[in-house]
Amino acid sequence: MAFIAVALICAIFADFEITTVHPWQELTRLLHGVVTPDFYATDNLGGALAYTLAFALLGVAFGNVFGFILSLLFFSRIVRTGCAFVRAVHELFWALIFLQLFGLSPLTGILAIGIPYAGIIAKVYAEILEEADPSPLQAMPPSTGRMSAFLFVRLPDAWAHFTTYSMYRLECGLRSSAVLGFVGLPTLGFHLESAFSQGLYSEVSALLILFYLIIASMRVWMRRFALPVYLIGAAAILPWGLSFTADNIWRFLTHDIVPYPLRAAPAETGETLARLNEWLQTMLFEQALPGAAITIQLTMIALVCSGLLTLLFFPLISPLLLGRSARTLGHTCLVIIRSTPEYILAYVLLQLWGPSMLPAIVALALHNGGIIGHLVGRYTEAITLRVDACRGIRRYAYEILPRVYRQMLALLFYRWEVIMRETAILGILGISTLGFYIDSAFADLRFDRAVFLILVTALLNIAVDIISRQIRARLRLQTRMERQ
Amino acid sequence: MQSTRTIPLIATILTISLFSVTAIAEPFVFTAIPDQDESQLRERFGKVANYLSTTLGVETKYIPVKSYAAAVTAFRNNQVQLAWFGGLSGVRARALVRGSQALAQGAEDSAFETYFIAHASLGLKEGKAFPKGIAGTTFTFGSKGSTSGRLMPEFHIRESFGESPRKIFDRVGFSGDHSRTIALVQSGSYKVGAVNFKVWQRELKEGKIDLKKVKIIWRTPPYPDYQWSVRGDVDKTFSVGFMDKVRAALLSMKDPDLLKAFPRSSFIPATNSDYKPIKDVARSIGLID
Repeated sequence: MAFIAVALICAIFADFEITTVHPWQELTRLLHGVVTPDFYATDNLGGALAYTLAFALLGVAFGNVFGFILSLLFFSRIVRTGCAFVRAVHELFWALIFLQLFGLSPLTGILAIGIPYAGIIAKVYAEILEEADPSPLQAMPPSTGRMSAFLFVRLPDAWAHFTTYSMYRLECGLRSSAVLGFVGLPTLGFHLESAFSQGLYSEVSALLILFYLIIASMRVWMRRFALPVYLIGAAAILPWGLSFTADNIWRFLTHDIVPYPLRAAPAETGETLARLNEWLQTMLFEQALPGAAITIQLTMIALVCSGLLTLLFFPLISPLLLGRSARTLGHTCLVIIRSTPEYILAYVLLQLWGPSMLPAIVALALHNGGIIGHLVGRYTEAITLRVDACRGIRRYAYEILPRVYRQMLALLFYRWEVIMRETAILGILGISTLGFYIDSAFADLRFDRAVFLILVTALLNIAVDIISRQIRARLRLQTRMERQ
Repeated sequence: MQSTRTIPLIATILTISLFSVTAIAEPFVFTAIPDQDESQLRERFGKVANYLSTTLGVETKYIPVKSYAAAVTAFRNNQVQLAWFGGLSGVRARALVRGSQALAQGAEDSAFETYFIAHASLGLKEGKAFPKGIAGTTFTFGSKGSTSGRLMPEFHIRESFGESPRKIFDRVGFSGDHSRTIALVQSGSYKVGAVNFKVWQRELKEGKIDLKKVKIIWRTPPYPDYQWSVRGDVDKTFSVGFMDKVRAALLSMKDPDLLKAFPRSSFIPATNSDYKPIKDVARSIGLID
């Protein structure tokens, strides 16, 4: 595969150095913390939990409502492009932008989750509606109105899919909500970051355990009839007291994000243009291009490593290869691996190994390998083998792998764009991908630069999305049942 | 989840919340840049908030923020009216809010210093001159927006080598805060770092620093740093003369338990012009436009 070759070339130039002197000592302390969780160390822990849930619920509800409306307009090119754009920008970048507009007001968190999710949900719902069985619609009398045909024929059919997908999105929303704490929203991530940076690992493990419990118990507490209560409750507990003004928003949109040379002193047109040119050159050659190069390099390595880990992970939950008790253990491992947001995983590894590409690659590969491994493992449940099929490693290599290989590739290409988006974000942690320069721009309060770089990142994601779709079409890879 | 049935509900919630944000009577709110260990920040600054509430006779609240930039943004957007800024963040914040004033600084802040610290394995000794021997090693700043952890050390590095830190060092990092800078250099993750001298002294006293592993190799010339800054419109929002009352309250903060939060021995008056050197340095190395 050309991709493996690309990844190898990327790997040659990559920076894998472990810079901490005593990484194992720190790891021992971390493991000690894991077995001695301290649930009383965090002040206002209840609040952090409640906010994490509230932002996730309201953000996903917002995304669902607008995503649904947009999915009905998905035939329009403008809507499609708009959705592709909003989902190409990561929640954390949206949060950094909205922090400027609304400050620490709850709107920041809700919109940071809701807007990109609306873009993703619109696409998925549109696909669901499109793939729905056309026969009930054809059975309708020709006089049926469009509205009633939609409400009574198409919607009921798609509804079950919508519900399933929404549950999945809520799980993602919980992860996003927790991670938003890293940039200052009062969710679990806020305390997680503080605890991590000071090496308070017992507190860290308590926070993570609570987080896993919330996600694992989601199917128990998330009930249709309870949803309105949750939403009202969520809106009620958020601290709405912080004010923001229309002036701030207007100033940000019309002044702050305009490239500096254009809003500086009204010089002559020629001089302004020259300065703008200089600004663009600096941005492109010193930040956007180096950042993009590292982002692509890291993405490619992480993609191939995710594939390799998938090969290792999926047998863990496959009934064709392992017995019941071993599978239960496998499931538990995969759940933990894939419910930990890759941002948090990368953060942990960075603390242990110091800033190089290694923590980012391992984090991305583990998280994505965990997700794809889970899906591929599930595929194998549908395979029936001959009674006299070979066993052990041969069964794995000759019977199962060839049967799931195409799906696995399809899933990998599907996650490619997700990995790219996440790679950019990891720059905030200090690896010099695009996120590093974006974070620096925000730290310097240079929002013109930040927005410019976010646009570059979004374009890169959109490009990868298009390439991946073409490859999948060319190889006729099917991606059903797996989405994002 | 249900989509259609929840539409009106969400719409209502959003509308109510949009209106409610502008309607609530505001308390006086302050924040502080997160420059060191964040644990118990809420508790430490909670005490300062109580002190200000009693002294000013206005309900005063502290809100924690995650970054220097977030502190500046909150100040700019009037979500906080008072802030404990570093030199650079203060300059940035006051440039964005017309009429805002530096009110008071710590007694130590008129002549603040940055210590360059190095891992013992480098074998560098403390000297009067800038330690040129650090070229080619690894270096960590503090936060990207810090005066003592970024601005001043970067200025001296550029002045001594005539090049950007990225060209001089094998690896350049931003630890995030001063406590972490010390921890990273002590563990050898980075060989050299730049740290706020007050945080160094405090951690030394608390026994967190092992001088066999990490030591000071250079002290920068003094410069003005941290200060309390207040928005120019507080007199209008709260009461006539409110700004003077805040200044007086800060200057008369004598309880060592409160001062420990900063950590400073006392507060002395400060003005915007005290920070002109910081502004000039920031502009000279391209950190502000």
